Amino acid sequence: MTDTAIEFVDVVKCYGAVTAVDTINFSISRGELVTFLGPSGCGKTTSLRLIAGLELPTSGTVRIAGEDVSTRAAPDRNVGMVFQSYALFPHMSVIENVAYGPTIRGSDKKSAIARGHEILSMLGLEGLGKRLPSELSGGQQQRVAVARAIVQQPDVLLFDEPLSNVDAKLRRRVREEIRDLQRRFNLTAVYVTHDQEEALAVSDRIIVMSNGKIAQIGTPRELYESPSSRFVADFIGDANLIEGQIENGAFRAPGLSLPLPATSRTGPAVISIRPERIVLKKSGSDGKVKSASYLGSRREYRVETAYGTLLVSAPISAPALEPGEEISVILSPGGYTLLSDA
Amino acid sequence: MRHVLAGMNRLGGLWLLLGLAAVLVLPWYKVAAPHTGEGVALWGSAAGQVLAGRIWLLPPVLAMLAFSLVRLRSDERWQSHPSILWIAGAAAGLFLLQAFAIGLRGPAFDAVGQVFPLATMGQPGLGLGGFLFGIAITGIIADALAARGFCRGERFAANAVIFVVALLSLFVFFPILRLGGAALFTPEGVFQPGVFVTRFTAPDLWGLGCFVGQGRCGVVINTLILGISSGVLSTLLGLALALLVARTGFRFKGALRAISILPIITPPFVVGVAIIVLFGRTGLVTGWLEYLFDIPRTRWIYGLPGILLAQVLAFAPITFLVLLGTIEAINPTLEEASKTLGAKPLKTFQSVTWPLLRPGLAAAFLLAFIESLADFGNPIVLGGGYDVLSIRIFFAVVGARYDLGNAAVLSIILLSLTLGAFWLQTRWLGRKSYVTITGKSDAGLVAPLPGPLKGAAYAAVVPWVVFTLGVYAIILIGGIVNDVGRWDLTPTFRHLLTAFSLEIGPDGVQFFGSAWNSLHTTLLVSAIAAPLTTAIGILTAWLISRQDFAGKRSFEFGTMLSFAVPGTVVGVSYVAAFNVPPVDITGTMAILVICFMFRNMPVGLRAGIAALSQIDRSMEEASQTMGANGLSTLRTVVLPLIRPAIFTSMVYAFVTAMTAVSAVIFLVSARHNMATAYIMGRVENGEYALAIAYSAVLMLIMIASIALIGLLIGKRQLGRRTQLQNTAPALPTA
Ligand SMILES: Nc1ncnc2c1ncn2[C@@H]1O[C@H](COP(=O)(O)OP(=O)(O)O)[C@@H](O)[C@H]1O
Ligand SMILES: [Mg+2]
Repeated sequence: MTDTAIEFVDVVKCYGAVTAVDTINFSISRGELVTFLGPSGCGKTTSLRLIAGLELPTSGTVRIAGEDVSTRAAPDRNVGMVFQSYALFPHMSVIENVAYGPTIRGSDKKSAIARGHEILSMLGLEGLGKRLPSELSGGQQQRVAVARAIVQQPDVLLFDEPLSNVDAKLRRRVREEIRDLQRRFNLTAVYVTHDQEEALAVSDRIIVMSNGKIAQIGTPRELYESPSSRFVADFIGDANLIEGQIENGAFRAPGLSLPLPATSRTGPAVISIRPERIVLKKSGSDGKVKSASYLGSRREYRVETAYGTLLVSAPISAPALEPGEEISVILSPGGYTLLSDA
Repeated sequence: MRHVLAGMNRLGGLWLLLGLAAVLVLPWYKVAAPHTGEGVALWGSAAGQVLAGRIWLLPPVLAMLAFSLVRLRSDERWQSHPSILWIAGAAAGLFLLQAFAIGLRGPAFDAVGQVFPLATMGQPGLGLGGFLFGIAITGIIADALAARGFCRGERFAANAVIFVVALLSLFVFFPILRLGGAALFTPEGVFQPGVFVTRFTAPDLWGLGCFVGQGRCGVVINTLILGISSGVLSTLLGLALALLVARTGFRFKGALRAISILPIITPPFVVGVAIIVLFGRTGLVTGWLEYLFDIPRTRWIYGLPGILLAQVLAFAPITFLVLLGTIEAINPTLEEASKTLGAKPLKTFQSVTWPLLRPGLAAAFLLAFIESLADFGNPIVLGGGYDVLSIRIFFAVVGARYDLGNAAVLSIILLSLTLGAFWLQTRWLGRKSYVTITGKSDAGLVAPLPGPLKGAAYAAVVPWVVFTLGVYAIILIGGIVNDVGRWDLTPTFRHLLTAFSLEIGPDGVQFFGSAWNSLHTTLLVSAIAAPLTTAIGILTAWLISRQDFAGKRSFEFGTMLSFAVPGTVVGVSYVAAFNVPPVDITGTMAILVICFMFRNMPVGLRAGIAALSQIDRSMEEASQTMGANGLSTLRTVVLPLIRPAIFTSMVYAFVTAMTAVSAVIFLVSARHNMATAYIMGRVENGEYALAIAYSAVLMLIMIASIALIGLLIGKRQLGRRTQLQNTAPALPTA
């Protein structure tokens, strides 16, 4: 028994000339919810399908529960998947849908149906067993899809953009529901989304992907506070990217010098500063307010400085600033991150 | 059953068990191999034959033993062992090599005889053991490929692909190749490539005499004249019908559509016979014309006019459907635009409608042209002295001057003509998109047909309707009256009794009628062929629309090619390929079934592809992640969702098997005669009433069967495909 549920070692997937997934490595522990996050076409769905066995890797190794399953097709893996379109069988009733997996895997019909009803009631769907999927609401359909995916106690549960068919207003509720479910059943889950806010909200850890490669792996907080590359800094939340030089253990740009105690690098470099980590003070000569907007819960400013235009997010409790005002800019240590790519 | 199969798979693979049985136990040959002293096998299996000295059968035996060894030393995933694919490939290759290198009368090359002395005695066709070995080795190759990731590692899909490829190769491409080979042999069986040129350039093929008033034209020219005239006339008639239905207030649209289905269930000779009964020298209409207008009786109907008449009657419904589709796809706003610019109706038709119709017209023409070239039934009944390729081919194989080589050359010419037409059709249709439907919001009224055109359309359609009604009236009553040709309408069961009399005596039912034998075979063959045809068609559709595998494009092309080969050519190529070992199956019922399977599968294929494109493939993936393999997914998820396509394919396969002539006429035997072949014999003897009676019975059976198939498959309305409405999900309380 290992604690690793899923492991990818140097996995590559090509479709003809297109490399959809390019040499990726990661491992996911039991009971963890990990998200693949990245822009459209970066290889998230492909990675998910590689876990499910719906695609086999062109090269590299996929391990599930410690076993090498690289050449094993989907039916020979124990993986549950919730599809973007739910993919409920329209010619079978809800209970037939849910009992389908156990029946196929050899349970007798009676116990499969009993097990199906059990899961349905755990998900608040009791009494709907006899209906056809077309007679359910969208949210109910999704829960039937989840019930169907977890009824066989899979090694891992996969979600491909589960909120894309859900009303914008309901997304928050549904994603909390999924997170709650995953915790309640102690499931290992992999979740695909292109929405960074959704990813930050539900994940234990996030795998950020870009062009078929992994850009960074980390907890939501790690990714937000210390992105390692321009791509991640930019993709997750808002970031001010400032270009400059590292000299004598400090980052220098025109009119700016920030201590970097832990680096031995020199030469050109980029740092990322989150808008809410910048403090503006009235009167000073660091910069000038170019524009200000009131957003209800906070204020946003564009500030012109010698080292570039900054986006700043200020708490509503701080004194309001007017466009044209000369101000001083305070960057606290720990409020900025040195990016690994120059 | 499922558990037994699953259990066998766990034991080491169904294919391995089958293969072992095939090489160790079952008789390898169809009949005992020749034995003159040495070479007598104690038992008939491949292993026995090897011991008796036929060491060229060693590779199959060794391969199966090697697999068993690998199986014993590993687990149920033994196919993933790296050596398996090489061993299986080599064994399959050597198996094919020996099968073709050593024929019935000895080795194909002297060198083979020197290496294997016993080969000079020859070897008979493959028997149970040989065939099962072929199946087993194909399956093992598929499993080994799946273990290497072919078809995403899905064993069922990999097996399906490899088996369909193997079957198509054996029953579509191999016969055509054999046909090409046969064209190079003289009637005496001597290999002489030069005869191809002699045959190909024979003057009676290409003569143009009829154009310059010096006798007859060559067969190829005749065929082209017929094909082009038939194509043009059928297209024009189809256009008239389509315009009437789509663009006028014509009142009998439903009836017209119903009539247009009739030719599909009409046995091919019967229209020809009805035409003879009406217009022959002693025909009804001929008689009336003589009586009323003193027009002398002639045999004008025999030859080009008669064939043309019958073909136009038969093909107009097809061109009608094609053109109706085209006309209904024309966006009415284009025509309205033309009118608002001040164009008169006729001008609008000429400058807007007609150009938009052109691709449909081309498609319809080529379709009718190809059908005409492939038609065998009408020319043989009504041809008189008018020789066309399909008939010439038939007599070269069946006639007194048996000359397979000549039939092969003629078939190659016919095949080139149809393939050329197919090529033109795909090129023409692929060139430019004329589709003018832009969405559902097209408003606008369709432009009614301009007056003069409407008149022309009626002038074409009314005679056609009268004619069709006349023909079917003859078919309806011809079988139950004394002699419809002489207008002797005394009701009688004479003809029906000749064909279908039976007696219920103490020993059960006794079938005396002369038609029972062929009817029994026809029903049996059709009933077996219909589900098999549907199975391979739908399976292939599923592979094409759902699987990604190396070589898929060629695979698609190959399946479509089998559609382009005219029936007559298929018949001759089967004779060329399957009369001799290794696959020596002429004269069996199996060859009839196989012939239908591969000729009729494209309809199931197309219906299946169309139906599958409507179904979200993530449903199948869901089924897979829940543990269902390809076969269970197909059975429990896909098939229930594409029932209408299955119905279409079953009906088409069944009906076509009942009415087909051109290919099976070469393949029937005294033991396994088909209804159409029997009817053709009656027509040749002039027993028209009997032929008509039998045809009417066939049509009734077909109608009843279509209803039955509908009941069996069930057209239960499916729950609508999962709708993605975003209504509020009620939260579960944890
Ligand atoms: N079946 C396929 N055939 C060819 N290319 C594919 C296929 N599936 C995905 N791709 C390509 O692989 C890349 C990654 O696709 P995907 O994993 O679906 O991206 P994402 O889910 O992140 O939007 C894309 O460039 C896509 O076009
Ligand atoms: Mg995706």
